Amino acid sequence: MTFLVDLPVWAAIPVCLLLLSGSAITLAGAIGLVRFQSFYERLHAPTLCTSGGVLLIAMSSMLTFAVLQNRWIVHEVLIVVFMIITTPVTLMLLGQSALYRDRAEKSTDVPRKTETAKADPGIDL
Amino acid sequence: MRYWFPYPLLSLLLLGFWLLVNQSVSPGQILLGTILSVSLSWAMVNLEPSKSRLRRPGAALRLAASVIKDIAQSNVAVLGAVLSRRKPPVQSAFVMVELTLRDDNALALLACILTTTPGTAWLEYDRQTRMLLIHVLDTADGKDWQSIVTNRYERLLKEIFE
Amino acid sequence: MTELLIIWSVLISQIMIGLAMVCALYRVAKGPRAQDRILGLDTVYITGMLLLLTFGIRTSNVLYFEAALTIALLGFVSSIAFAKFLMRGEVIE
Repeated sequence: MTFLVDLPVWAAIPVCLLLLSGSAITLAGAIGLVRFQSFYERLHAPTLCTSGGVLLIAMSSMLTFAVLQNRWIVHEVLIVVFMIITTPVTLMLLGQSALYRDRAEKSTDVPRKTETAKADPGIDL
Repeated sequence: MRYWFPYPLLSLLLLGFWLLVNQSVSPGQILLGTILSVSLSWAMVNLEPSKSRLRRPGAALRLAASVIKDIAQSNVAVLGAVLSRRKPPVQSAFVMVELTLRDDNALALLACILTTTPGTAWLEYDRQTRMLLIHVLDTADGKDWQSIVTNRYERLLKEIFE
Repeated sequence: MTELLIIWSVLISQIMIGLAMVCALYRVAKGPRAQDRILGLDTVYITGMLLLLTFGIRTSNVLYFEAALTIALLGFVSSIAFAKFLMRGEVIE
C-alpha cells in the first residue's frame, strides 16, 4: 500500500471526486432499477451505471496510474471501449424480447405491431 | 489481396486489440495476433455485413460532440428522475418516430446512440413502414421526439453515410 | 495524508457499489418476469466489474483489471444468450 503515498495532492483530490461521483451514479442507477414501475422504465436504469459510473471510475483509475506511472493504463481504456460497444446491444435485445413476450401474451400495455409487417419478429437493428 | 485480407481495417483493429491485451510487441505475439485477426476477418465474410462509406469526417465529429453532450444532460435528468419524491417517479411512454434513413450501418449507429442515452431506449424498427418504436423515460417535459431524432441525429447521419 | 484520503474514498465508493449490487440482486430475486431478472443480472455483472476496478485502484494489481475485463466480456455474452433465449426459445439457431 506504499505506492499511494507518492500521489500528489493535486491528483488525489480529482481521483477521489471522480471515484465518489461514479459510484454515486452507479448506486442511483441501481435504485432506479428498484423504484421504477414497469420493465420498460427499468430498461433505462442500467445505462446510468454504464455510461456514467464506468466512465467516471475508469477515469479516476486512469488518472491515478497515469500520474504514478507504475503500470500501463491499457485495461481501463479497453473496459470503457468494451462497455460502450456492448451495453446498447444487450439492452436492445432485451427490450425486443420483452416486447415480443408481451405481444405474445396479448398484453394491452404495449403498442401493437403495425399491420403490414410479417408475423416473424426478426432482429431488425 | 482482397481475397486474403477481406477487411483490412478490421484485421488491423483486431491485431491492435490482441497486442494491447497481451501488452507486448514480441514477434511471437505479433505472429499469433496476425493469424487470429486474418482468420477472424474471414469469418466476417460469411456474415456479409453491408458496406457503407464514411463521407464526411467533420460531420462525424459534430455528431460525436452532440452525442456526448446529450448523454451528459440525460444522465443528469435521469438522476433527477430516480431520486425524485413523486410516487410514480416518472411518466414514461412509447413513442413512434418516422425515419427516412436507409443505410444499415447508419441505423445501427442510431440504435446505439438512442440506447446509450439514458432517457431513451430503442425497441423496434419496422423496415416496411419505416416506423421506429422507442421508449421515453420522462415525457413530462413535453419534448417533441420526432423532431429531436430527425433534426439532431438523422440529418447528421445522412450527411455522414449517404 | 493523500493515502488516507484515497483509502477512505475507495472504501466509501465500495460501500456504495455494494449497495447498488444489493439493489440489483433484489431485482433478480423479486423481478416479476424473466426479463426483469436478466436486467438485474446484467447490472450485477456491471457493479461487480466496478467493484474490481476500485480494488485495483487500491492495490495497483493488474490481476484485478484483467478480471474486470473478463467479467465484462462474459457478462455481455451471457446477457445476449439469455435475451435470445427469451425471444426464440433457443440460443443458437
